[in-house]
Amino acid sequence: MFKLILQSIRQTLVWTVITGMLYPLLMTLGLQLLFRNQATGSLVERDGKVVGSALLAQQFQGATYFWPRPSANSYGISAAMSGNSLAASSGSNLGPTSTTLQTNVRAAAKAFRDANKLAADAPVPADMVYASASGLDPHISPEAAQLQVARVADARKAGVDDIKALVEKSIEPPQWGFLGQSRVNVLMLNLALDEKFPVKK
Amino acid sequence: MTTNEIIQIVLFFGIGIALTPILGRFMFKVYTGEKTWLHPVLQPVEKLVYWATGIDPAEEMTWLRYLWAVVLMTTVGFASLMAILMTQKWLPFNPAGQDNLSWHLAFNTAWSFTCNADWQSYSGEAVMSYFSQTIGLSVHQFISGAAGLAILVAVGRALKRASVKTIGNFWVDLTRGTIYIVIPLSILWAIPLAWQGVPQAWQNYATAKLVEPYTTSVPKLDDKGNAITKSVPKTDDKGQAVKDDKGQPVMVDQPVMVDQKVDEQIIPVGPVASFESCKQLFTNGGGWFGVNSAHPLENPTPLANFLELLAIIIVPMAQVFMFGLLVGNVKHAWCIFAVMLGLYVASFGVAWWAEVQPNPVTDNIVPHMEGKEQREGVMNSVLWGISATAIDNGSVNSMHDSWMPLAGLMPMWNILVGEIEFGGIGCGMYCMLFHILITVFIAGLMIGRTPEYLGKKLDAWCATWAVIGVLLPNAACLIPTAMSVVMDAGTSSMANQGPHGLSEVLYAFGEAANNNGSAFAGLNANTPWYDVALGVAIIIGRFAPIAAALAIVGRLASKKTVEPSAGTLPTHGWTFGLTLTGVIIIVAALTFFPALCLGPFIEHGLMLAGRTF
Repeated sequence: MFKLILQSIRQTLVWTVITGMLYPLLMTLGLQLLFRNQATGSLVERDGKVVGSALLAQQFQGATYFWPRPSANSYGISAAMSGNSLAASSGSNLGPTSTTLQTNVRAAAKAFRDANKLAADAPVPADMVYASASGLDPHISPEAAQLQVARVADARKAGVDDIKALVEKSIEPPQWGFLGQSRVNVLMLNLALDEKFPVKK
Repeated sequence: MTTNEIIQIVLFFGIGIALTPILGRFMFKVYTGEKTWLHPVLQPVEKLVYWATGIDPAEEMTWLRYLWAVVLMTTVGFASLMAILMTQKWLPFNPAGQDNLSWHLAFNTAWSFTCNADWQSYSGEAVMSYFSQTIGLSVHQFISGAAGLAILVAVGRALKRASVKTIGNFWVDLTRGTIYIVIPLSILWAIPLAWQGVPQAWQNYATAKLVEPYTTSVPKLDDKGNAITKSVPKTDDKGQAVKDDKGQPVMVDQPVMVDQKVDEQIIPVGPVASFESCKQLFTNGGGWFGVNSAHPLENPTPLANFLELLAIIIVPMAQVFMFGLLVGNVKHAWCIFAVMLGLYVASFGVAWWAEVQPNPVTDNIVPHMEGKEQREGVMNSVLWGISATAIDNGSVNSMHDSWMPLAGLMPMWNILVGEIEFGGIGCGMYCMLFHILITVFIAGLMIGRTPEYLGKKLDAWCATWAVIGVLLPNAACLIPTAMSVVMDAGTSSMANQGPHGLSEVLYAFGEAANNNGSAFAGLNANTPWYDVALGVAIIIGRFAPIAAALAIVGRLASKKTVEPSAGTLPTHGWTFGLTLTGVIIIVAALTFFPALCLGPFIEHGLMLAGRTF
C-alpha cells in the first residue's frame, strides 16, 4: 500500500510536468508562430487602437449602427463594480415556460419593430428576440441585418442601396458551403460603415 | 430539415464509424505493447516515465490492487488540485489577478476534474488563473481520461484470461494511454482549432475601446465597496405612498444610483486551444470559458464546431472495437456498437423534432434561438447537446436550460440511462458491461440455462456487482435530488420556477452521478450544499462502477474458459441486441419515469397551454 501511495504521488508529479507544463508551453510557442492573430484573440485595430475582437459582440444601441443579438450578460461587461470589468459569459438560462423569457422576447420584438419602423405585427427574425448562448454572439442572421438597413441609411444620410450593398458583401455563407448557418458579423459591418459612410457631425 | 443539415449529420456519423476500426486497432496495439509508428519517437518517453515514477512494467496486479491504484492516484490528484485552487492568488501565471476559490468550490471542482466529470460550478474566465487551468485542471483532463481507458483495457484483458489472479498493471496502462493516444490526439486537434480562432496565449486579457461607448446606471459604492442606500417612502403599484396602521408613510432603503460610463471591453484569452482539444477528445467537457463551447473564442466557426463535435465521438466509438479485439470477439463488439448507436441516434431524432416545434409562450417565434449561437443554429446545437450527453463529454454549445421541454428531456435521458451510448472513454464500455451481464442473466433465466458470457460461467458474485454498478449511481442521483427540492438551500438556487426548477436539479445530480458534467446552467450550484452534494455524487458515480467492473472481471479471470455449446446464448445478432436495448430502457424507465413525469413531461403540457412561471 505504501508503495502504491508513493507511485501515485510520483505519477501525479510526472504528468503535471508533461501535460500541465511542457504540453501547453510548447503548443503556445508553436501556435503563436503559426497563427499569431487568432492565437491572441482575433483582435481588431482601428487607428492603431484595439477596438474589439472579431469574435466577440459589442453593444450597439444607437440608430447609426447595426444591432447585435440580445445579450443576457451586457456583452461581457460588468459596469456595476469599479468601472468596466469582465462579466462572465452567460446565456439567459430561462426555460421555455419562463415568464421572464416571455417578457424579454416581447420587449425585444417591440424594440426592434419600433426602431426599424416595422408594422406592429411584422415578423421579427428569431435571432433578434432570443438572447444568445454566450451573451457574446458576434453574428446576426442576414435577414436581421437587411431589416436594419433603412434605419442605418437614414441615420447616416447615406443611400439605402449603398448600405444594402455593404450588408450583402458582409454576409458569410455556410463555411465550405455546408457547415453552419449564413451570418453577418456585426462589429466588422459597423467598422466598415464608419469607414465608408462616416456620421456627419 | 435542409440539405446542408443532412450532409453535416451524415458526414459526422460516417467519419466517426469509419474511424472506429482504425483507431480501435491502433489503441489495441498500444495497450498490448505492439509496435506502432509512434514508438520510435515516444517509446523513450514511456521508459523515462517508468524510471521516474519507480514502476516495474512487468509487475502484475490483482483486481483489488488495480482498484487501489486507481483510487489512490485519483485521491492524490484531488488533494493537489484542491491545494492549487485554494492558493491560486499567490501562485504564478495569474495575470488577471483571480482570487482563491472557496473551500466548497475547490472541493467540488477538484473531485469533478479528477473523476472525469468536469462539472463546473464556476465560470472559468472570471475565476481561474492560467496556473489553475493548465497546471491544475488540464492535467486531470489527460490522466482521468487515460485512467478510464486503462480500466477498460484491464476489463477486456481479464475477460480473455483464464485461471489467473492478475489483470495487468494500472501504471503501465495509464502511461501507454497518455503517451501514445491522449497527448498525440490532443496536439493533432489543437492545431486546426487555433487556426479557426481559438486563442493560445499566455499574456493578460486584452482591453478594447468600444466603438460605441454608452452610459449606464449603477449603484453607488462607498470606500469599502458596499452599496450606499437612502431611505425613501414605499409606493404601491399605482405610485401611491404606502401608509402603516398609524398613517405614517412606510420607508424602504433604496440604492443610490450613479451614471457609469462604459467604454472598454475586456477580451479574455489564455492557452485555450491546447486545453480545448483534450477537453473534447477524452470525454472531459470542462470548458475554459463559462459557457463552454458556446463561447465564440472557444468554438469560433462552424468548422471548429464540426471538429469539436467529431472529437467527442471518435475515441468512445473506437473503444468498443478495441474491447472486441481485447476479448477476441469482434462480432460481439459490433453488436454492442449497434445498440449504442441506435439509442444515440433515436435520442437525437426526438430532441431535434421537439426543438423545432413552436412555443406558444414566446408567441411561436421560430427557430427557437434562445441560448443558441447564430453560426451554429438549431440542428448543430441539438446534435452537440445529444452527442455530449450520449457520450460522457458534457460540453455544451447551447444552453440546455432553454431547450424545449421534450428536447431537454433527451440529454437528461441519455445521462440517466447511465452514459452507455458510447459513454465516457473506458467507463461507457465497462458500464455497458453491467447491462450486458444483466441481459445474459435474464435471458439465461428465460431459456433455463446457466448464464455464460464470453466462455465464462456467471455466478451470484457477478450478478450482485453488476446490479451495484447500475443502482448506486442512480441512488446518488435521486436521493440528493429529493433532498434538494425540500430544502431552502436546494430550492433557492433554482433559476426557473415550476416543473423546470425540478428539471434543473434532477439534471445536475444525474450528470454528477454519471460523471457527465453538462448542465441546465441556470441552477446556481456554487453554494455549500450543491458543491458538496454534487461532489459526493461524482465520487460515487466514478468509483462504484469502477469497483464493480474490476470485481467482476477479477472473478472471471480466475475461472476456466468453457467452450460454447448448443445451449450457449450468442452475444451477437438481432436477438441479443434487441434484448439488451430492452433491458437498458426498462431499467432506466423504472428508475426515473416518475421524476421525469414531474419535470419535462408536465412542463411540455403546461407550455402548450401557454402557462408561465
